[in-house]
Amino acid sequence: MLEKHPYIPNDSSVLSEMLQAIGISNLSEMFLDVPISNFGSEGLQRQPLDEYSMVGQMKSLLSRNKNYGNRSFIGGGPWTHFVPGVIRHIISRGEFLTAYTPYQPEISQGLLQSLFEFQSLICELYGMGVANASMYDLPTAIGEAALLCARVTGRQTFLVPSSIPWEKKSVLRNYIEPQGMAVREVPYDAQSGNMDLARLREAVDEGVSGVYLETPSFFGTIEPDLTSVADVAHHAGSLFVVGADPISMGSFRAPGEGGADIAVGDGQPLGIPPGFGGNGLGLMACVDEPKLVRQLPGRIVGLTKTKDGTRDGFVLALSTREQHIRRGRATSNICTNESLLAIAATVYLALLGQEGLTKLSRVILNRTAYAVERLQALGLAVRFSGMHFRDFVVEVSDPGGVNSDLRRLGFSGGRELGTDFQELDRGLLFATTEIHTYDDIDNFAEALQKAAGGRK
Amino acid sequence: MMFKQATFEEPLLFDLGRKGRSGIDIPGEGDRDLAKTIPKKMARQKLQLPEISQVEVVRHFTRLSQMNWGIDIGPYPLGSCTMKYNPRINEDLAWADEAQGIHPLQDIETVQGALEIMYRLERALTTITGMSRFTLQPAAGAQGELTGCLIIRNYHRLRGESRDEIIVPDSAHGTNPASASMAGFKVVEVPTGDDGCINLEMLQAALSDRTAGMMMTNPNTLGIFENRAKKIAELIHGAGGLMYYDGANLQGIVGIVKPGDLGFDLVHLNLHKTFATPHGGGGPGAGPVGVKANLAEFLPVPLVERTRDGYRLEWDRPLSIGKVRGAFGSFPILLRAYAYLLSMGTSGLETSCKVAVLNTNYFAKRISGIKGLTIPFGNAMRKHEVAISAEAMFKKTGINALDIAKALLDRGLHAPTIYFPLIVKECLMFEFTDTETLESIDRYVDALKDISRMAYSEPEKLRASPLRTSVTRLDEVRANHPLTMCLRYRGKRPD
Repeated sequence: MLEKHPYIPNDSSVLSEMLQAIGISNLSEMFLDVPISNFGSEGLQRQPLDEYSMVGQMKSLLSRNKNYGNRSFIGGGPWTHFVPGVIRHIISRGEFLTAYTPYQPEISQGLLQSLFEFQSLICELYGMGVANASMYDLPTAIGEAALLCARVTGRQTFLVPSSIPWEKKSVLRNYIEPQGMAVREVPYDAQSGNMDLARLREAVDEGVSGVYLETPSFFGTIEPDLTSVADVAHHAGSLFVVGADPISMGSFRAPGEGGADIAVGDGQPLGIPPGFGGNGLGLMACVDEPKLVRQLPGRIVGLTKTKDGTRDGFVLALSTREQHIRRGRATSNICTNESLLAIAATVYLALLGQEGLTKLSRVILNRTAYAVERLQALGLAVRFSGMHFRDFVVEVSDPGGVNSDLRRLGFSGGRELGTDFQELDRGLLFATTEIHTYDDIDNFAEALQKAAGGRK
Repeated sequence: MMFKQATFEEPLLFDLGRKGRSGIDIPGEGDRDLAKTIPKKMARQKLQLPEISQVEVVRHFTRLSQMNWGIDIGPYPLGSCTMKYNPRINEDLAWADEAQGIHPLQDIETVQGALEIMYRLERALTTITGMSRFTLQPAAGAQGELTGCLIIRNYHRLRGESRDEIIVPDSAHGTNPASASMAGFKVVEVPTGDDGCINLEMLQAALSDRTAGMMMTNPNTLGIFENRAKKIAELIHGAGGLMYYDGANLQGIVGIVKPGDLGFDLVHLNLHKTFATPHGGGGPGAGPVGVKANLAEFLPVPLVERTRDGYRLEWDRPLSIGKVRGAFGSFPILLRAYAYLLSMGTSGLETSCKVAVLNTNYFAKRISGIKGLTIPFGNAMRKHEVAISAEAMFKKTGINALDIAKALLDRGLHAPTIYFPLIVKECLMFEFTDTETLESIDRYVDALKDISRMAYSEPEKLRASPLRTSVTRLDEVRANHPLTMCLRYRGKRPD
């Protein structure tokens, strides 16, 4: 007997026909070599649930989550941006949603062209020559970039600003320490939050494979001069890796324009909702130099022609770098990446276009400037000088208590920085995007003042 | 069945639209401009993005989608990929505002639903695998493998042992050796015996005080259950190593036996395979890693704990390997997987396994006897997948596995995995999941019969395939040659 289930079309009605064809009389003969376990019913119920009952359970669970919407000001990512309605419709199309990695290119041109467009857009955004079809998220992209730097330079130390948060440092260590490489931190400039050039000069030596810099920094400050940092890195013979927010690229200097060899980024702001942090999209690109391109990890789509030369078409290129060919000597073990979210980002950038991205980055810049100004006018201490994009640090005497009060007032609170940075134990990281009107920001600023003021 | 894939000469995004167009309004566009002027050194120099209206964007991607195969269109029997139907209701749930709009740093009281889903999913996965705890963090199967290997590494380190070798059978997925290398191990390959299972003598010879562990796929990539798994586990444990279960093939035993009962210490699962979450053309996926109790302290942080006051995140785990990605896990994927598990129950999973195995053995039996195709490595009953060799056909007719794959496409049937596992020459590796119909499988049998007939009578016609897909056979050499390689819009054009 086979239980009937709506997802399983072959049931008892075809069982005997199939068993007969195989030449056995019952199902268990196919499992004679397999021991049988007892699954109990504690961790998962025994019987299937019908769709209606399952939905009831799931909805009841989901109803215990709260979506803060435009009252969320949590900084450090993921961020709540406006997500155009078109995106969900496109990436919910079964032809994209239910496809596998495009191993058979002739029947998978839609996905391949979309990913080629994604790569092209990322190259435009970052001013780079070649982009891959995505990484899991920014922290793993930094890890892969560090490995790439080591493969290209043969050096073992990767420099990062001390301003990156703990989770990035931890992921980075997990990616590179097994290879015998080390991460070294360069203290950030305490006044600006940006790269401290003097400290960087001290730290760079002939053992350094790459120098990593993030702009905007974790604290939301924009690096004022990429080129000078690039010069320091290049002078020592190391590569320069820039992590840049993709939306900020509408206003600020691109990694490629500032001398970067490798660009990485968090693609989540590109039309992808926060999803409890689970919608990661890592961006990764490099300059168009064979020694880097041949070492780039991940899937890469290339444009080619049909064998008869009559039409253009797309295929997965450079697969000799990858695990299914090179196994233990592959550039990375990555295969499944974040394709569908890469398509979401592609649709997003296509909708926004040239002017849209420029305007959007300006709107966010305005919002952030307004938030900083309002908070300061209300007597709150905004840490770090210089231009901010989206994120900013506010110092209060009791961050945990302030967060609790903010939540009581209906706001989401900020990211407490004390666990990651001892010296910022009074810091709360907030962010504002285009979804927050000036009124929303006023309300937030007043709530924060109330929360902080009540605790002095 | 008549098949002709949609064909558009669809321009690249960059060749669409017109100057000044855009597809979306931005909130706050008309507001006061407050921010300072950006200093020249910091300002963007040049930016060129397409300018396209909304309807053009929708048409572009709709047309592209029509030039793409998915499970929703037809069968997708890629071996080791478990391409089963992705229940649509799970999409609706995953797109709820209460799933997509929540932030990982919100106060814990406002995400109790999300944490309970993760907690319950973890419990369900431990039940299915016989493990003690799971991390839901890894982004994909390969990242799960890396996580597992890092745990193995830290386990030995803590015990003061410098074991630096991971044993991998020659039939293993390419990710296994790649992941082991990333975690700093040397890879020792052991051969497959004539019966399609790991050669025990060779395995024994490979063991030493450098053995950190073994990565094993069971059923293996030939679709054969390694029935000496327990014995192998004893050997590895005896040598001081740990047993890692590659869950890519869990479909072949899910609901029947727990990997934990076979002696495995760690497992990774591919939720986008066995648990029916969509592949999305190559992600997002999820590759949770489960471990026996003695390894739980090494799992990445945070774990979800249940307390009297509800669910919370446990960060204080001093021996944890830390983090392998930024997030707690691919939450919307985790949610879909849990919805699927509720829809199945352990009994439904057992049915799913039995039907997948029934489907594949039915197929294997029906294609045996087709001229030019053989099933190497003995007659043992297969589990959820089967590796077929077209070597005989190739030697006689010049038609290889790639030609057969393309000929299947022309018949409206997606190809199987080809040229893998490496130990089968001219390999076609089929996996018919539990959600495939008898009629579909029969169509494959008929198609392969037809292809075999043509291979021996008019092979040149097969070599011309595919002709009914959006494009005909593509030139992979051109795509990879330095002079013609083109990896972006502005790259060198192929002509």
